[in-house]
Amino acid sequence: MKRLVGIVGVGQTHHRSKNTDCNGQELISIAVKRALESAELTMADIDAIVVGNMDHFESINYVDMWSVDGSGGYMKPIMKVTTGGTTGSAIGHAGFYHAASGLFDTVLVIGWEQNSESDTTAAISTCFDPITEREYSAGAIGPLAAHYIAYMSKYGATEEDAALVSVRDHNNAALYNPYAHLRQTIAVEDVMKSAYISYPIKLLDICPRTDGACAVIVASEKKARKITDKPAWILGVGDCHILVHLADGIGLANLPSLEIAARQAYEMAGITDPFNQIDVAELYVPASTAGVSWMEALGLCEEGGGPRLIRSGVTNMGGKLPINPSGGVLATNPIGATGLLRIGEAALQVMGKAEKKQVEGAKVVVATGFGGCFWSDVTVLSSLPRLD
Amino acid sequence: MEVKKEGPKPLSVSYVADMPYKYHAGHYYSRFLRELRDNKRIVGVKCPKCGKTYVPPRIVCRDCFVKMEEFVPVSDKGTLLAFTITNFSYIDTTTGEPKKIPFTAAFINLDGADSNIVHRLEETDEKKIKAGLRLQAVFSDNRTGDFFHDIDHFRVIKDI
Amino acid sequence: MEKVGIIGVAQTKYQRYNPASHAELAYEVTSKALEDAGLTINDIDNTITVSNDFWDGRTISSMTITEATGSHKSPTTNVEGDGTYGALMGLMRLLSGLHEITLVVAQSKISEGIPSVITNAMFDPIYERMLGLDATNSAALQMRSYMSKYGVTEEQCAKISVKNHKNAKANPYAQLAMDITVEDVLKSRVLADPIKLLDTSPISDGACAIIMARERTAKKKHGKPIWIKGVGHCADAYHLGDRDLAEVDALESAAKRAYKMAGIRRPLKQVHVAEIYDAFSYMELMWMEGLGFCDRGKAGAMVDSGLTEKNGALPVNPSGGVLSAHAVQVAGLARIAEAVLQLRGEAGGRQVDGASTALAHGIEGACGQGHCVFILSK
Repeated sequence: MKRLVGIVGVGQTHHRSKNTDCNGQELISIAVKRALESAELTMADIDAIVVGNMDHFESINYVDMWSVDGSGGYMKPIMKVTTGGTTGSAIGHAGFYHAASGLFDTVLVIGWEQNSESDTTAAISTCFDPITEREYSAGAIGPLAAHYIAYMSKYGATEEDAALVSVRDHNNAALYNPYAHLRQTIAVEDVMKSAYISYPIKLLDICPRTDGACAVIVASEKKARKITDKPAWILGVGDCHILVHLADGIGLANLPSLEIAARQAYEMAGITDPFNQIDVAELYVPASTAGVSWMEALGLCEEGGGPRLIRSGVTNMGGKLPINPSGGVLATNPIGATGLLRIGEAALQVMGKAEKKQVEGAKVVVATGFGGCFWSDVTVLSSLPRLD
Repeated sequence: MEVKKEGPKPLSVSYVADMPYKYHAGHYYSRFLRELRDNKRIVGVKCPKCGKTYVPPRIVCRDCFVKMEEFVPVSDKGTLLAFTITNFSYIDTTTGEPKKIPFTAAFINLDGADSNIVHRLEETDEKKIKAGLRLQAVFSDNRTGDFFHDIDHFRVIKDI
Repeated sequence: MEKVGIIGVAQTKYQRYNPASHAELAYEVTSKALEDAGLTINDIDNTITVSNDFWDGRTISSMTITEATGSHKSPTTNVEGDGTYGALMGLMRLLSGLHEITLVVAQSKISEGIPSVITNAMFDPIYERMLGLDATNSAALQMRSYMSKYGVTEEQCAKISVKNHKNAKANPYAQLAMDITVEDVLKSRVLADPIKLLDTSPISDGACAIIMARERTAKKKHGKPIWIKGVGHCADAYHLGDRDLAEVDALESAAKRAYKMAGIRRPLKQVHVAEIYDAFSYMELMWMEGLGFCDRGKAGAMVDSGLTEKNGALPVNPSGGVLSAHAVQVAGLARIAEAVLQLRGEAGGRQVDGASTALAHGIEGACGQGHCVFILSK
């Protein structure tokens, strides 16, 4: 039995590099309050909670139990899902399954990270095998950098192509997203002049470390229709964790997990012509280089077509398929929340509540998540309950 | 010019806890490390069904999902698939000390292997490195069963 | 709730130190569960892994076992919580109608790290951690609290250790199968008063896997599917001081939900065998109360009566329970696996005759802050 499930509320904190004025619990409660307000609900309306957070970053074990004060989950069903960078999108999917199962009607999904409380790269590096990979794998940045080398060699992409992604996302955040962490207007020259932190990735090519939280409320169809006129229906979900050994992922020029997850989500949602059916995309782009090489995995262009697509301007605001009106991950990256922010921002677009970031007429929006060993999640949201 | 008054600095309390782990290598990595230490060679494991050879060796073939048991030596030479020169420091979680930078991470496909490994190149100038270079492992004399020590680094094989 | 059946189970033998790596353990149970279900990895259309970053000493710890569990071949996610929560996630994915057959795999190697440091990390870094709280001394606070409030004695708690270690003798997977007496327990070394060595679960390496399928597929693929009739989960407040440690409100709430779904009004009569998470001896008493087997504070008397012995009216932990083998995060899923074996009539020397409804339970967090309850039936 396939039940229709939709997002009815989204809340997020104003993301910052360091929240010295609140602790982790308080950070969570801000996002939760805002999500409840946006849906005009109270904690009493929430049937279950799903949380996501990278425990090694803030160094808190069993963080689902720790979070009860901040999440309002006292005496509620609570579960934690964590999959690395894809955590945010994985919890979005977990919330979807909570409601789609028929066991719960209104589910609160919360992702957060106080990245200022950790040495993020050191923490991420512990995901790599201590015996065969950890020594020379610098967190997320090193592997992402090496991955683009393979793409550049195979398809002739350049550092300037990546700079275009950086310019697009940073400027979107500056112009349209008051919640974003980094809001700076930059140009390609600024990116090209910034220092290499892990060749070929430069300082302005990489995502920041952010303190922030995001909460999304998911509801089953009957409840959703009562709560709001325009729920963001979750029409497609796909998850793919395809690799274990980092070195196997880096050898490939593209991202097979994103291709497979997209195929699952598109099939479920009824998307057969992604470039024309999708109105807006909130893509998990942790480094500008990924913004060039990963679009083809979503079927938005031909193989090796990343540079052509980014140079065409079609993905800028005002173009045919705006990508990252929120500024994306390059502007805001509280890791446990980042994937959920993509889903939340996509939901806001479809609900017509994206304010300054709103793309007019957005009916079908795709959100992606990335993390772990080149793993991906894809979510398709729409204001329509069906696409056929 | 207005001088902004700074607020009081936050009180900070330090509590450092060591969290040591003894990672168990398991049967497959143990064999891999013993071969490095005792026989100065790199071994992989071969799938009985599809014939793919995996380095480092592991229990299951990812495509066939069958248990692999045949260990085979692979070459100490290979091809550079991708690389990066990391130039920012972070805490090495093994030592607790900041990582020495810059270092060049090399993603290598050894001849005879159907999967890749990650190791180090000595060269740190990106203008002198490109994907496709041929490399060879440089072993240490006093090997201890540590992949990153027993092979010290990979060197570029110059054309004769 | 649509019918979902468990059609495959597997466990490793739990050991103080297993030289196999995480991936090797996970592959062992995955392949054994598939064999038990008569399936191949290609029949599995989604996978839930259960692993915890702190216990594994790795961020994104599920990465270690991705290939070994075949989760690179199907949609997958990782639940970081007790194995019962992983089973719940798997159940939800099936009930959504989007998947047919789910594999759930949990693994941990407690021998790799230092449990007191790892469990110290579950306490609040600002207010509590530097007190040196860990799983054992916080449990000691709870045991003392429970004993003081209800007059339960150390002897009554010791009886649980005696029962469970003896039950473990019939369980080929158990780690600590022993014949001990109440006096042995009372004389054993004090770890954190009133918790003694023989009141405590061991350090274990191990893994467990279960395979679940929607009704039609379950019936087609397996002769003896064991049906999930009810499930519930709930979390209490976080700070120990915000809770009455002697009470079991969160468990009661979780159990209520599960019982309602399963149509159980009188647990003592309608549940034939229970596998519950006795990380410490006193916990079995407290959880019996939260599960409604007896009134609050009355579990001591129930234990004295012998009702929960293997040949009693409601055998609790005929497998030997968590006191006999404790691979953290795995142990709750193992409770489900044991319950399945009981209902299939395949529990060998630990079989409870005629059991047709079983309860399996897992906990999460300090002093059982969170609980997850499953009701299974033939």
